[in-house]
Amino acid sequence: MIFVATIRVLPKSEVRDPQGEAVRGALRSLGLAVSDVRTGKEIVVTFEAASEVAAREAVRLMGTELLANPVIEDYAYELKEGAPA
Amino acid sequence: MTRVAILRYPGTWSERDFQHALSLVPGVESDILWHEDADLAGYDAAIVPGGFTYGDYVRAGAIAKISPATRALRRFADAGKLVLGSCNGFQILCEAGLLPGALVRNRGLEFRCDWVHMRVESDTTPWTAGLRGAILRMPIAHGEGCWVADDQTLSDVESRGQVMFRYTDERGAATPEANPNGSLANIAGVCNEGRNVVGLMPHPERCSEALLGGTDGYRVLANLAPALAGAAAGIYR
Repeated sequence: MIFVATIRVLPKSEVRDPQGEAVRGALRSLGLAVSDVRTGKEIVVTFEAASEVAAREAVRLMGTELLANPVIEDYAYELKEGAPA
Repeated sequence: MTRVAILRYPGTWSERDFQHALSLVPGVESDILWHEDADLAGYDAAIVPGGFTYGDYVRAGAIAKISPATRALRRFADAGKLVLGSCNGFQILCEAGLLPGALVRNRGLEFRCDWVHMRVESDTTPWTAGLRGAILRMPIAHGEGCWVADDQTLSDVESRGQVMFRYTDERGAATPEANPNGSLANIAGVCNEGRNVVGLMPHPERCSEALLGGTDGYRVLANLAPALAGAAAGIYR
């Protein structure tokens, strides 16, 4: 079975995000009442797995072993079956 | 003879500088090993140099973490052999979990290429033997050198004496102005609990002879000289 996982990685709330602070300042300079910005990344992975359970286990491995560093980042994901649109 | 392996990943750039600096230390010979087939058998120490492995993609050091060389390095470190990581090498060792904490974007976002001072906080590793309290002057060149950890990890690292180097001014005061990247508690380098693995953001290999503007890097690397290394291991084991 083909799965597509959309994995979102963000810095933990207690970790300073200087990029987010810079973006917040820039958005404020547009005259917007922006109170907080957090920046991260989204990674879209197409892969094969035998079942949804196996697919979720694979995504967990991707998240903990490479895509997010648990010391400083959290990740969340959405999983869909089938090829990417 | 002390045999040192210098690991080279795609994007490593300080391996030849390390090999040159180590050539100045009597009784030390080094080899540069490609990451895909790095065999660390027969080596006493390994160095993970600076660079931009894998273009810093995902995070600095993240992809190098799952290279065969890093798996070999973990076994090497578990066996009590000496490991030193500088700059991107420090980032790789933190990513691999061989050192505590993580290195994130510098506070202020700018890439810092400069000379800094740092105080040697502990001489209880073979790498820092005889240097406790020394104020070392070394170059830095990094965009992601801000060392962070959760409160518990920071507290543990401090109380166990795992802080090896702290950014200070030239007189040894750890002021905010002397901190080039926003690292917690001005931390420039740490060791593991076993005290055989050390990482730091500055570049000892770039200040190992007077021609390069400083020799304080040599004071760290010279601890690999066979007589000194043996003495240090004996004292602190």
